[in-house]
Amino acid sequence: MEVTPMDSKIAIRVSNLNFTYPDGTPALRGVFLTVRKGESLGIMGPNGAGKSTLALHLNGILQGEGEVEIMGLPINKKNLKEIRRKVGFVFQDPDDQLFCPTVREDVAFGPLNMGLAPDVVEWAVGRSLAWVGMEGSEDRSPHHMSFGEKKRVALATVLSMEPEILVLDEPVANLDPQGRREFINLVKSLDVTKVIVSHDISLNEEVCNRIAVMDKGKIVAEGPTSKILEEKAFLLEHGLA
Amino acid sequence: MVVIIVTTPPEEWWAFAIYACFLGAVAVASRLPFTFILKRMLIVVPFVIVVAIFLPFTAGGEAIYHLGPLAVSKEGLLSLWNVTAKSMLAVSSMVLLSSTTPFPHLMHAFERLHVPSFFTQIASFMYRYLFLIVDEAQRMKRAIEARNYRGRWLWQSKAIGNVIASLFLRSQERSERVYQAMCARGFEGSFPGGKESSMRLRDCAFTALTLGCALAGRLVTIWK
Repeated sequence: MEVTPMDSKIAIRVSNLNFTYPDGTPALRGVFLTVRKGESLGIMGPNGAGKSTLALHLNGILQGEGEVEIMGLPINKKNLKEIRRKVGFVFQDPDDQLFCPTVREDVAFGPLNMGLAPDVVEWAVGRSLAWVGMEGSEDRSPHHMSFGEKKRVALATVLSMEPEILVLDEPVANLDPQGRREFINLVKSLDVTKVIVSHDISLNEEVCNRIAVMDKGKIVAEGPTSKILEEKAFLLEHGLA
Repeated sequence: MVVIIVTTPPEEWWAFAIYACFLGAVAVASRLPFTFILKRMLIVVPFVIVVAIFLPFTAGGEAIYHLGPLAVSKEGLLSLWNVTAKSMLAVSSMVLLSSTTPFPHLMHAFERLHVPSFFTQIASFMYRYLFLIVDEAQRMKRAIEARNYRGRWLWQSKAIGNVIASLFLRSQERSERVYQAMCARGFEGSFPGGKESSMRLRDCAFTALTLGCALAGRLVTIWK
């Protein structure tokens, strides 16, 4: 991919990223990746390929060796706050993301950390919940919600920070068909750059315009969705078909 | 209120009457179903019974009544009354507090009372994740039962140990993921202050009434 570092159309640039977990398991071995603004990139790969580990590098939760740039900003201590505002991360298990006693506090958590005024936060909470179709549930407790509802509220907790990039880790895993359909439509309706980590082929087909295939800590293929999904033998080889 | 009730001497019948009237009034004002409050109060009854059943016979003192071979003493009866009345009043005030005040409000109230946020945060997280851990434990229990485990013999206790160990591990892993999720939304070590609910005239009036009743109970005691 021929792009200059100064290109203002680049949302995410990862170059030669390596990461080894503290127990010695290597997870990423030289990852190169570029995502343009407005693009929806699917990261596919078998279990243990390093997809989630790569995703956790996109807002500096994990910091390995190599370079990660978000909207032209390299990830370092100084930029971390700004980068975490720009990159909204939706975790696979909504129970990890929703840790407050009420929905309101959870959705307000990000904006309050950004230092917004209470009335602005309250407004952002209402708007984010309306976006995901959960308006009026501010005082409910996440524990008493269905999995699909939790998933949508989890999305609202990052939308309230108005991210420019949305990172979704296995967004439709464990959702029932209807919840899955609703969530996919919701994600498609959001006008931001998206990175979707999943081994769900039909999800990638529907939402992503480009796909990167990972295996054993490396990106082994990258290209337009239709082209990648055509290569049945290749997908089979990497445990995806 | 609970502290005041527990520290009242057992012979002060009037003081107890004042407390009971006050709690009764609060119960009516809370519009909670009467049976609901009663059911919650029943939770402590077994404990009270276990303690109380022996008290009249074992407290010593002058016997005023004979139940077969057992002597019932005045001191014993008095401490029976003491334990029962105090526990019932204390429990009913806790029931009223916990069922009229949502947990998050309670935590905010504690924060306003300058309870260190360290404690309120731990309590909040516990409240949020306790149910998840219980669910997880139940799922594991079902899974080992599905493989014909009954847990009847000592040598089977190893499985219980494994369940507890893996619960610990899972909780620890979850706590790491929760922390990551918090960091991802800009968490920097302290909880941002939420919307403050201010103390209104009604709240002031209620506080005054509560303190008044507690004080009245105490005054009756001193007056004598």
